[in-house]
Amino acid sequence: MKATHTSALRLGLVSCGACHLLSRKPQALDHGITYCPRCGEELHQRKPNSIARTWALVIAAMVFYIPANVLPMTITSAVGTVSADTIMSGVIYFMQHGSWEIALVIFTASVFVPFLKFIILIYLLLAVQFKLVKQPKDLTRLYRFTEAIGRWSMLDIYVVTILVALVKLGFLANIEAGPAALYFALVVVTTMVAAESFDPRLIWDVVEEKHE
Amino acid sequence: MHRIACHECDLVHDIPPMPARATARCVRCNAVLFRAQANSIDRTLAWTFAGLVLYVVAVSFPFLAMKNGPIFNETGLLTGIQLLFEQGIIPLATLVFLTCVLIPLIQMLGLLYIFVPLKLNLRAQYAMPVFRLFKHVKPWSMMEIYMLGILVSIVKLGKMATIIPGLAVIAFGLLIFVLNFALSSVDSHMVWERLEGGS
Repeated sequence: MKATHTSALRLGLVSCGACHLLSRKPQALDHGITYCPRCGEELHQRKPNSIARTWALVIAAMVFYIPANVLPMTITSAVGTVSADTIMSGVIYFMQHGSWEIALVIFTASVFVPFLKFIILIYLLLAVQFKLVKQPKDLTRLYRFTEAIGRWSMLDIYVVTILVALVKLGFLANIEAGPAALYFALVVVTTMVAAESFDPRLIWDVVEEKHE
Repeated sequence: MHRIACHECDLVHDIPPMPARATARCVRCNAVLFRAQANSIDRTLAWTFAGLVLYVVAVSFPFLAMKNGPIFNETGLLTGIQLLFEQGIIPLATLVFLTCVLIPLIQMLGLLYIFVPLKLNLRAQYAMPVFRLFKHVKPWSMMEIYMLGILVSIVKLGKMATIIPGLAVIAFGLLIFVLNFALSSVDSHMVWERLEGGS
């Protein structure tokens, strides 16, 4: 295998995001929409409005993150008493009842992973915007990491779904999904879309610009 | 020899024909450019058919049951989704339905739609848009996380009642692995070239 030491951008080529066909950059690419000659996917030299879009989604996710943590995730009613549980009160419940492994899993998936994603994405955005890229390989690795971990935040949504199904009428207790569940789902979806809209090639563009 | 740009750093590489099971990585950022697969079509089809059988079992048989004295409550994979829907939390019900029920099915049907004709040296109509859709839905297939959710729920309810895993949970657990084997048998580069050549 031979590498050319040049990016497709500099060679006037464009790589299809779906089928990876490398084709000559069409004249119309900068002005309008053009499609991959092989598979028909919309062609982009870089993901469109990558930085602005990622910022918008990260900020939206950070806003949703607040009600997701403050409002109740589940509302349990058992023999006349009603209790509302937030994500953290669930974590504390597991810690007090000796299941610290489960407490750790829920804390990591629901609280820590979204928070880590915010930090990493903001760090990547700032590094690209202010052209402060010293270790492009590490930044790319960081990007791959955020892309991989985001999905695991869905855990609590699934737990609520399963609990709702298992503990329903007929039992003495009943569990319903609380308002936080919806906000939490929004956090997961927006952070996943945010990671997808960030273009890691921008990191390498900064490096190439510096060498010119 | 063909030219490909790394999808993570845009560096252009010239890649010679590769032996089966070899992986080409970007020399600059180490991203996987592609993996050549041996018997991609046969292996993908075999795993996909196995996956569909497991899928049918996972959605139709009892999933989890909860027993507490005389009370016995049996649920299916779709029960929780249906209840969320009835409680009016429709976006949540939709999200769970998409990520754990519909998208895995789309992935398997998409693979069949593309690979059965390829096996017969044919090309399905709209095969390219279908394969593109298949690529786009991939991050939204989250069965393995649902499985972890089941474990957490069992621990959570363990003190209240006995949880009995049904046949469907076992099928669901196996499906996670089988679907992953099917996906990793797909040689995307070969598929695009075959789809292109057939036109």
